[in-house]
Amino acid sequence: MRREVPLLITAVVGITFVVKYFVPHFPFNRMDAWFADWFSIVQACAIVLGALNLLKLSALKVIGQKSGWGYALVIILSFMLITVIGLAEGSDYRDPGTSFDWLYVNMFIPLSATMFSILAFFVASASYRAFRARNYEATVLLIAAFFVMIGRVPVGDVITGFMPEGYRFSDLAIWIMDYPQTAGQRAIMIGIGLGVVSTSLRVILGIERAHIGTGD
Amino acid sequence: MTSKLFLALLLLPFSGLAQDDPAGVDMLDTAVVVVAPPTSVIAVDHKYDKGERIDLTWVPSIDDQLVEGKVLAYRIYRIVNDGGPQLVADVATGVGPYQYADEDLHRDSIYSYYVAAVSSNYEAASTRTAPMSPQREWMNLDRKWLFLIALIVGGSVLLFITAARRGTKLFVRKIAGLEAVDEAVGRATEMGRPILFVPGIRDMDDVQTLAALTILGRVSRVIADYDTRIFMPTSRSLVMTAGRETVKAAYQAAGRPDKYSDDMVTYYTDEQFGYVAAVDGVMVREKPATVFLLGAFFAESLILAETGNYIGAIQIGGTARPAQLPFFIAACDFTLIGEELFAASAYLSGEPMQLGSLKGQDVGKAIAMIAIIVGAVAITIGEAWDVEFMHDIVTWLSGVFSTR
Repeated sequence: MRREVPLLITAVVGITFVVKYFVPHFPFNRMDAWFADWFSIVQACAIVLGALNLLKLSALKVIGQKSGWGYALVIILSFMLITVIGLAEGSDYRDPGTSFDWLYVNMFIPLSATMFSILAFFVASASYRAFRARNYEATVLLIAAFFVMIGRVPVGDVITGFMPEGYRFSDLAIWIMDYPQTAGQRAIMIGIGLGVVSTSLRVILGIERAHIGTGD
Repeated sequence: MTSKLFLALLLLPFSGLAQDDPAGVDMLDTAVVVVAPPTSVIAVDHKYDKGERIDLTWVPSIDDQLVEGKVLAYRIYRIVNDGGPQLVADVATGVGPYQYADEDLHRDSIYSYYVAAVSSNYEAASTRTAPMSPQREWMNLDRKWLFLIALIVGGSVLLFITAARRGTKLFVRKIAGLEAVDEAVGRATEMGRPILFVPGIRDMDDVQTLAALTILGRVSRVIADYDTRIFMPTSRSLVMTAGRETVKAAYQAAGRPDKYSDDMVTYYTDEQFGYVAAVDGVMVREKPATVFLLGAFFAESLILAETGNYIGAIQIGGTARPAQLPFFIAACDFTLIGEELFAASAYLSGEPMQLGSLKGQDVGKAIAMIAIIVGAVAITIGEAWDVEFMHDIVTWLSGVFSTR
């Protein structure tokens, strides 16, 4: 039963969604909303599990003074602080001027932005590795990247300013993005679409069971 | 009203003379800008929907067609069950096509409409449309071709699965990233370091997360066989629960249930960059020998992959988000590109039935290839020599693959 029930639910929901795409009639036209609601309910219950698990692991780390226990302590304190303040401020906790909002705007957003900004440096280091002309394909990539990058900055058009419109670096960059790049992306998208169909069929038919732990 | 309108029309030719006259300016400000009403207002039931929408079209006012800026907008009025007119929407001019979709209607009510052309101070209403109710249809026949293609692709998958079940040998090309799984797990075992499995940042309702978990099932079986440690940080509680079940079952299947611990799969946060910070921290502190980045990734893909690269881990990345693929290709040792992510579980299982489903995809690819070649040839010839028949082929193909 532990295996059959999830498989049955998966099959019923999967087939329903396929039918829903082609049949606009009730009850199929409402099923999107129903399933979304049910998913939200399950998700809301599961978040408690996740939060408790995080607290448990962090607490064990602090109690056991394991390596990096200081970070775990920060997790526990931050968690407690934001939870207590959020609960104390009731349903209006996200309104401007509340302590929760202050913490969100002045602590959470800057921290997130800091993480995001690291991306700029990682793009540079990854590009440095990716754009080395090791072989034919990498050389084509390097040349294409050069033209796209120089075509996207004003200096590109300054250099090719003497050329007629349509033949400048910016035009070349647009051409590369609109044609070879789009063609490649679409080819990948077609493969992805077919992969999704195939995976969905395997899951719906119960052939693929690895995700419920019964792969063998 | 009629006399005011007449006066305004009479004064219009002299408007230039009135510019220096304060009284004249005042007169001009109150002059009525008469416009002709829109014509041919047609209301039709929106085809193949759930009976909640009526589509309106109209021919714009002649003043809108001749004088730019004279007609400012079109006002849509709705009359429900012979009640009073209700203003539904203002549609701006000059953006065309002149149409409006009235949504959230009820099938048991009767609707009629009229459209008014609006100038700065005048409104010219069209005639009313015939009363009607929106209809609900059983099948969306706009999607009949997609249905047919889905049947062919789905049927092919089933056909190849059946063939594989009967013992037909199927060739599946080698996928380097998946061939390297054993090697990657073995390396971690030799180095005595853990394996990090990151299943993306989406929840269980994303097929990429599902694909990641199916791969996790196969990979954790190998990990259990090698008696290596796995750590899987998740950004969704449901993924954590499903991941635990998957890893637990793999350890049981490997005959090592005692080696499994719930701590192998843990939850950090739903927040994108909070999660990235946590996973990066784990990478830098624990220094896993192997990192799997499989699932749905967004801006965090390169941050994670570059950190993995920095700590010297062997990395296998895979996602179905084309925008993130270049980052994985640049920073990972092996990358599962798009469909390879979905094929991975079947490939790793080596089961004929699963491999059969991969062969079924090839039929879909064949259809796509034929459509692309026919479409490219037709649009090229159609545009170059203006061949009507070729334009028709392109229009038909666009309709076939439309997902409206």
